[in-house]
Amino acid sequence: MERILFGDNQFFAVNHISDEKSRAQSIQFKSDDAIIKTLNHAQDAGLNTFMCTTHDRIIGICDVIRKNPEQYKDFKIYPCMPYAHKYANAVTELGIAGTIKQYVPGNLFGSIFKGGMALLSKDYISLMELMIDAEMKMFKGINTPVIFLQNVITDLLLGLRAEEILVAFYNHIKKKYNAEAGFITMNMPKLYEVLERNGIENPIICSSINKVGFRMSGSIKAYEDVLKTKKGRFIAMQVLAGGAIPPSEALEYVSKLPNIESILFGASSKKNIESTVSYIEKFDKEAPPVDK
Amino acid sequence: MIKVALVGAGKMGVSHLSILGAHPDVEIVGVCDTSKIVTDFLSRYSKMECFSNFQKMLDKITPDAIFVAVPTKFHYEIIKYAIEKNIHVFAEKPFCLNTAQGEELVKLAAKHRIINQVGYHNKFVGTFKEVKRLINSGVIGDVYHFLAESYGPVVTKAKQSSWRSNPDDGGGCLMDYASHVIDLVNDIISPITEVKGATLKSIYSQTVEDAVYAVLETSSKVSGILSVNWSDETYRKMSTTVTIMGTKGKIISDANELKVFVKEDKTGGYTKGWNVKYITDLTDQVNFNLRGEEYSAQVDYFIDAVMKRKPNTINTFENAWETDKAIALIKKHK
Repeated sequence: MERILFGDNQFFAVNHISDEKSRAQSIQFKSDDAIIKTLNHAQDAGLNTFMCTTHDRIIGICDVIRKNPEQYKDFKIYPCMPYAHKYANAVTELGIAGTIKQYVPGNLFGSIFKGGMALLSKDYISLMELMIDAEMKMFKGINTPVIFLQNVITDLLLGLRAEEILVAFYNHIKKKYNAEAGFITMNMPKLYEVLERNGIENPIICSSINKVGFRMSGSIKAYEDVLKTKKGRFIAMQVLAGGAIPPSEALEYVSKLPNIESILFGASSKKNIESTVSYIEKFDKEAPPVDK
Repeated sequence: MIKVALVGAGKMGVSHLSILGAHPDVEIVGVCDTSKIVTDFLSRYSKMECFSNFQKMLDKITPDAIFVAVPTKFHYEIIKYAIEKNIHVFAEKPFCLNTAQGEELVKLAAKHRIINQVGYHNKFVGTFKEVKRLINSGVIGDVYHFLAESYGPVVTKAKQSSWRSNPDDGGGCLMDYASHVIDLVNDIISPITEVKGATLKSIYSQTVEDAVYAVLETSSKVSGILSVNWSDETYRKMSTTVTIMGTKGKIISDANELKVFVKEDKTGGYTKGWNVKYITDLTDQVNFNLRGEEYSAQVDYFIDAVMKRKPNTINTFENAWETDKAIALIKKHK
């Protein structure tokens, strides 16, 4: 993975500390052109990996990328699925069974419900595989070397102790997409322990890691302990804690932590992209990333 | 270890189950839901004992506490059954379909001395907690008016088919969405006891309202405007904002950002003029995070109360009953 990954929150009005800013972003990025323009700024700053949710609007972005193979020949997308709000709103309206019916293609759903037959575990895993395949359609022809499970689902399964499903996600991504599975989580130490116990070695885990310990469940110390002692490919997100920490201070902290393979950030302007990249490069020069 | 059972493994129920599953002091002893696809999944992968009938579950297992996350119309029956078995109860919001049921359950809970809580999670959001603290400490002087708003994209087209579209099941924007905001005002200022006027507006729904606009007054004679609309696609997800006017200042707060204007220099970090604080400054660490700290924090608080580590004073049945009463007053203006 590249040292710096470019995220998509700003494009879809996700701002963790201000509803006002998220509204402004929603206006700024109304058109796909505006998104592409910002992605091009990121590319100019040397960032070639775009980590994005499987939001409907990514379909249009993928079309542009496919139509311009020369410009985007080194460009990679790390899809993060599912776009949780799509399903959350559907569950609110249709219930869990209704949502599955709405989003799972084919006859599987019908066969599961015939006469209330007992379900075999395989059916649930097939169900999940079909949902992954539906989400992955939009990326056809685009290089997607790492595919992530969004934190809402990772953490839901983690709490439910449905570890087999996490493993099944990992296996399906590997087998069908010849890609690596990554996990986004708000509970990194706990997830690491579960993946390790299930034989997933050197996992790719993306989680909030920042100087003030924001959204680092358990404690900042528990996160630092995992980074210091465990083998994994860790991605730090929310490094600015939504803007609560000044960029230089925030990036210095995270750049100097051991075992952070990549730093994920999103920004709306050329200036902010360039300054974030230059801070990370500066701190990396002062203390190169520690190898595992 | 606290033995916990859950009735209703839908969106909120499954979320509670996951948080409870990660809780170090909790053992999940039973789950009840009518959907086989859900219970089959939970018994297969989460190794939970599942039931389709809540009475059978409670008769067979003896949990210390139960989480009730079924549509509101079933709350009364299930909560009553649990209390009479001396089981502590966490119920999803809103509390009951009518105030008579709520009153009976408040009294019954007191009689049986069970720990009782309702899932109004805004009380566990750092910014709103700070708003309450500021009002109580008199930072903005005497409060005279509020504006309480909530918007989001739940019903954005005409077709609908769930319990949310049925008024007899506790559907509609007033009970589902506006209840959060009413409950927050009740807690931060004082209970809403009078409705001066209200409009319950259907936008896409045929059978329920999609928006509630009302002029209100609290028991402390503070006036206020309620503006709630669950058919607003300009919001990515539910967004709640309170604006509170006082003789010495003003507070504008949502779940992420708190803006406070004070006329005088005050202690506690607030200086004359505008002050801005973010959720990052106001959030306590939780052990497990699913969808936001507030969901874990409210579950942790309930478990702490059951274990007698904390008082049972936030989001009690009685508080939630006050909210039901305000809902009933607004409904009268239909």
